[in-house]
Amino acid sequence: MANTATHDHAHDAHDHKPQGLKRWLYATNHKDIGTMYLVFACVLFFLGGAMALVIRLELFQPGLQFVDPGFFNSMTTMHALLMIFGAVMPAWTGLANWMVPMQVGAPDMALPRLNNFSFWLLPFAFTLLLLTLFVPGGAPAGGWTLYPPLSLQAGDSFPLTIFAIHLMGISSILGAINVVVTIMNMRAPGMGLLNMPLFCWTWLITAYLLIAVMPVLAGAVTMLLTDHFFGTAFFTAAGGGDPVMFQHIFWFFGHPEVYILILPAFGVVSEIIPTFSRKPLFGYESMVYATASIAFLSFIVWAHHMFTVGMPLAGQLFFMLSTMLIAVPTGVKVFNWCATMWKGSISFETPMLFALAFLFLFTLGGFSGLMLAIVPADFQYHDSYFVVAHFHYVLVPGAVFAIMAGVYYWLPKWSGKMYDERIGKLHFWLSTIGVNVLFFPQHFLGLAGMPRRIPDYSTQFADWNMVSSIGAFIFGFSQLLFVYVVWSAVRKGAPAPQRPWEGAHGLEWELPTPAPYHSWETPPSREVVTKGVMH
Amino acid sequence: MDTPHNNPQDNPQDTARANTRLTLKLLGFALGAFGFGFALVPLYEVLCEVTGFGNKKDLVEAADVQQQLTPDDSRLVTVEFVADLPSVGSWEFRPKIAEMKVHPGRLYQVDYVAHNLTGRDTVAQAIPAVAPGLATAFFRKTECFCFVPQNFAKGEERVMPVRFVVDPNLPKSLDRITLSYVFYDNSTRVAALKD
Repeated sequence: MANTATHDHAHDAHDHKPQGLKRWLYATNHKDIGTMYLVFACVLFFLGGAMALVIRLELFQPGLQFVDPGFFNSMTTMHALLMIFGAVMPAWTGLANWMVPMQVGAPDMALPRLNNFSFWLLPFAFTLLLLTLFVPGGAPAGGWTLYPPLSLQAGDSFPLTIFAIHLMGISSILGAINVVVTIMNMRAPGMGLLNMPLFCWTWLITAYLLIAVMPVLAGAVTMLLTDHFFGTAFFTAAGGGDPVMFQHIFWFFGHPEVYILILPAFGVVSEIIPTFSRKPLFGYESMVYATASIAFLSFIVWAHHMFTVGMPLAGQLFFMLSTMLIAVPTGVKVFNWCATMWKGSISFETPMLFALAFLFLFTLGGFSGLMLAIVPADFQYHDSYFVVAHFHYVLVPGAVFAIMAGVYYWLPKWSGKMYDERIGKLHFWLSTIGVNVLFFPQHFLGLAGMPRRIPDYSTQFADWNMVSSIGAFIFGFSQLLFVYVVWSAVRKGAPAPQRPWEGAHGLEWELPTPAPYHSWETPPSREVVTKGVMH
Repeated sequence: MDTPHNNPQDNPQDTARANTRLTLKLLGFALGAFGFGFALVPLYEVLCEVTGFGNKKDLVEAADVQQQLTPDDSRLVTVEFVADLPSVGSWEFRPKIAEMKVHPGRLYQVDYVAHNLTGRDTVAQAIPAVAPGLATAFFRKTECFCFVPQNFAKGEERVMPVRFVVDPNLPKSLDRITLSYVFYDNSTRVAALKD
């Protein structure tokens, strides 16, 4: 490769890194911090997954077999908090840390020490949260949405949960600021905003969403805290407060939050599908504008989470129609991905398989979202297993599959080693079959009237619950394969070439493999940028 | 937006300065968003007042509403009375009668009884609600124990009145209104405020 030579001096010069524990504790290198984020997310993914399996174990049959109802409710609450704030969000931040500097041609993230701080807040936040499992009254059990008055009646877990959420919030706001500054100020000469890879674009928009709404969540939980301890009455009806107001403030954060979880997935899939279709991405600019439109719309649709609390007809119509409007930019994206593959020379390596499953299954989750947007239908579906099926379809084969696709796709560049394609494919098939056996029957359960967040149910729901639980165990245990694939690739994988995927474009593939400790110490030349940004 | 030609990366010092500036701006943005969360509280109040949601209009009505309304003796509306206690605190709380037939535009009184079984002196606050929501704007209370916090001695039992008028403009489709109260023991809140 001609351009490898140009950068040899860059990675020979400064490859001194601190060794041992200090390397990680004092880490300011974007790759080290990215790795820590990803490992952290993986650990929390398994912890949250174990909690999900407790839930599915209890629901395997009607009746109360294994855990008491209070602990069951703690499991649903903790599972959600761990998966959202501990697994998916840190995984995206980890991928951003690894890829954004490499993709925009920067030597590192713009604010390396802040980066270290953002990461190290997380272990403390989740220690606080996990401590609640051992305090009197048990872990929070009122649902991750923390609705008062129920959440205000929690025991000793209450302040721990609130402070944990504060710390997670600060961590993700600082992480987001770092991404914005890196993308805005550190791009290589010649890389305009509309030359950036879509992963950077979707992350830039995600970062703005994070900065705008995480503080609102912090405000909402602070109000809960003062209501509980200091006699304020934001949500306490006894003092003239209104519990419904919490739902409005919470979902003003909560709806943009779901796009925080999914927009980077759009970015990853927009990188992978062109690579394995050996065609440039169809409709690059429309992808950017669609992402921005989705982000904008996410701020004006929040009340569709709470149609049943009672609101004026005009309000219901507004939130219903604005919600359905989101299907338009999302449809543009799905169309573009399909058009990218059209007449492409497609091959089905593991990252592509995960991206295709994402495309199909995320769209399915989007459809059930459209059904939920219809007010009269929502009155039936609200708080039923149909909702559970919907958001798990967009989050598991949506966000989580995209994260895995990204890891398989970039692992050769990170580690310099190829993973075992056979085990990768086995992992893919077990996950995809497992996830559908797990979540598809939950649509039926919800339509038949099974409510969410219950440890026991009427016997009419027994069959599909058993099927769903079997799927859960297949999906859960097949994730151990993922750990094995990554571990064995890093330990004993075959050396990877500089460009392991022949159709891959982007500055990260212009770097040597494995990516040097400091990438792009000298900004890439304009020819390299032009070659890299060909989309 | 920096153009590729004067990209700050050309000069490390410029980059550092640009990074600091943008970081501070974004931190300010985050702080503003934190404030916005709290600003939603008064905004929400205003919205409720404008739309008449959550009975906010009703509480400010003066005692002379009755004079502005012409009684409609040809019409009878059933008003039901409901009393609720939240899951915490031990009280006895009930209306003296379960329901009453009223003529719109005329003033009526109903009594609620509360008995403090908490074993201490305390303060309680009743929070009213009217169902269906459509009727809220037409149900006027001229006197209510819910307007102020109620002091109760240990073991005290007291009868508390509500006087109300149903607005004759009540939509014809409604012939039944439910007035409910939740009776909250407020002593922990009061204690927290005193600290």
